[in-house]
Amino acid sequence: MKKTEMRLQDAAIRQTNFKEVSLGYTKEEAIREATRCLNCKNPMCIKGCPVNIMIPKFIECIKNGNMEEAIKIINESSSLPAVCGRVCPQEKQCEKYCVKGFKGDAIAIGALERFCADWAIENNYESKVNIIDNNKRIAIIGSGPSGLSCAYELRMLGYDVTIYEALHKAGGVLTYGIPEFRLPKSIVQKEIEEIQNIGVKIITNVVVGKSISIDELKEKYDAIYLATGAGLPKLMDIKNINANGVYSANEILTRVNLMGAYKKESKTPIKIPKQVYVIGGGNVAFDAARVMKRLGSSVTIMYHRSEVELPARRDEIKHALEENINMEFLKNPKEILVDDDYSVKGLKYVNMVLLDEIDSSNRRCVKETDSYDTVECDMIILAIGTNINDLAFKDSMIKTTDRGLIQVEGTHTSDESVFAGGDNTTGAATVILACGAGVRAAKEIDEYLGGKNEK
Amino acid sequence: MYRILKNINLTDSIYLLEVLAPLVVANAMPGEFVIVMTHEDSERIPLTIVDYNKDTGVLTLVYQVVGESTLELSYEKDELFSVVGPLGNKALILDNLDKEKILFVGGGVGIAPIIPQVRYLFNEGIKADCIYGTKTKDSVILESELVSLVDNLFIMTDDGSYGEKGFVTDKLDKIVDDYDIIVAIGPVIMMKYVSEIAVKHNKKIIVSMNPIMIDGTGMCGACRLMIDGKVKFACVDGPEFYGEKIDFDAALNRMIIYKTEEGRRYLKMIEGDTHEGGCGHEKN
Repeated sequence: MKKTEMRLQDAAIRQTNFKEVSLGYTKEEAIREATRCLNCKNPMCIKGCPVNIMIPKFIECIKNGNMEEAIKIINESSSLPAVCGRVCPQEKQCEKYCVKGFKGDAIAIGALERFCADWAIENNYESKVNIIDNNKRIAIIGSGPSGLSCAYELRMLGYDVTIYEALHKAGGVLTYGIPEFRLPKSIVQKEIEEIQNIGVKIITNVVVGKSISIDELKEKYDAIYLATGAGLPKLMDIKNINANGVYSANEILTRVNLMGAYKKESKTPIKIPKQVYVIGGGNVAFDAARVMKRLGSSVTIMYHRSEVELPARRDEIKHALEENINMEFLKNPKEILVDDDYSVKGLKYVNMVLLDEIDSSNRRCVKETDSYDTVECDMIILAIGTNINDLAFKDSMIKTTDRGLIQVEGTHTSDESVFAGGDNTTGAATVILACGAGVRAAKEIDEYLGGKNEK
Repeated sequence: MYRILKNINLTDSIYLLEVLAPLVVANAMPGEFVIVMTHEDSERIPLTIVDYNKDTGVLTLVYQVVGESTLELSYEKDELFSVVGPLGNKALILDNLDKEKILFVGGGVGIAPIIPQVRYLFNEGIKADCIYGTKTKDSVILESELVSLVDNLFIMTDDGSYGEKGFVTDKLDKIVDDYDIIVAIGPVIMMKYVSEIAVKHNKKIIVSMNPIMIDGTGMCGACRLMIDGKVKFACVDGPEFYGEKIDFDAALNRMIIYKTEEGRRYLKMIEGDTHEGGCGHEKN
């Protein structure tokens, strides 16, 4: 039996709206897909999952039509299934190890996870939790996936948890970064509400390190978890980088996702250019490209390696191609060309060649040639990665590595009551890895505070 | 939500806002700024802190209505959706308290963020001088506070209706040699010229940059400036910088970017459908 493909919004129509692209499974489709699972004795898929969801077990429940039990099993390992079902790179994780995938299609684990999570939201399913307060107080800095996951786990263990968020809305990258058409904000809000419903407090508009210091927090809390992510955009050291029309992907995505620039009622101005070049090949590059396409621009992604090296999620690449996003490979920007107003009018790039060597990211290396060319454009978006933002802890004693990441053993920092995990210890990675770090931090904080870990 | 205690006109277009924000005030220092939002869909408006009372938790801000967002802010009388901060770094003059003679130069609404700096110095027993330039007599603000905090206040008006006639730079040219360090806050073009005079006379010069920004924590990169040939973010590396290191022309170039967009919306908002395109917006 073949894999049940998820229905999508028509490519021609979705290019003009911000509604979700993937429509999810119906109950029948989910059961049909679940039936393909072999329920392996030694399930490799679980090992591929950063939070080790009991995958065959929940799929078995779907097969039997017992959705309530299915979501219960997922919730044992993940507090953000509706998010992760949508944004995890499953082809590199659980689905990569699925036995079915060795010959044919892997089970659509991500789609099934999403189905269960959406079922729970639609049916107002509330997991029954029995929390025994232990009156120990934890502060979590950052309300992105890592902070939320850690908060959920610690609250379940009875801790009094407060999350501090610098922006006016909770969710971190889920809110300001990943666009509506890939991750509806109503879904993010629902999952955040679930976490608040079990008693986690979220305080927005607090910039830890400025509004309140780590040392002040240490006086009020028994332990602190730094889940500050990697929010500082990398720029390129090329001529005219500050020209009008050169943006970080963070700025474009923040304007559109957080500030709602695509909505009529939003006050955030955004200029709609004719031709955009997005530099980079990760999920953020694809998100920025597809956002600008929906706002009405012609969009080209420029990546310095070749198509097979693209780090973005497989589905996003496929969906972007269907949406008429152009892609140019083995080209790297050299100079931004500007007009008399210091506004972007083009891009000079160098052609690259692939080498045989493989780098630490497991991709083939590239080298510049001596051949240059130019293209015309009126906006350039840089999506070449992010650095970590040390605003929260730069005035504290917490040590960092040569790369500027927080130095950790497990999730322990150099300060015994302060823990850290997610992008601020690894560099920019995925939502689910951040969730995994949050779960691990919760365990280690619980051990540190001497609580019994009953899980 | 943050309760508004006062939101009143100082002039036709300049307002003084007092809002209850104890967490912001607790760690506030002169030179830092906040970001306010009137409602959930509004822009995030960066404003430099003018005063703060650590006992009452009251934060004072002064702003000029220049676009749709600040106009909305001026309508708001009950509460603000968000006030976040303090953001940025403390005033650079606090690293220069060994300097004997300090001169502040304020242009327009830029005089307001000078107040907490001169108050801080006053409380330290240091009295500075100040040149304050504005258009006309009716646009003078906060004069009595300034008079009580500085040694000599030189008011300059463009039309000569109050103080001396002329620009701040006219006055500065004459008295610059009496000082060791100058702090200038006002329009970018003013700070550029003040910096040029200071550099020519070998004086240290500090300016406060307030470019477009969104989050104010280093995340968006919109507020980038060229400082000493390197890209810096006004929000986390500034907002104050030493004037001789700033590429002012690049900063001025970046200012045009959203000006027309917001300006158009502002005109449409105050003029409604009678808006005839005086802003340069082409009619279709």
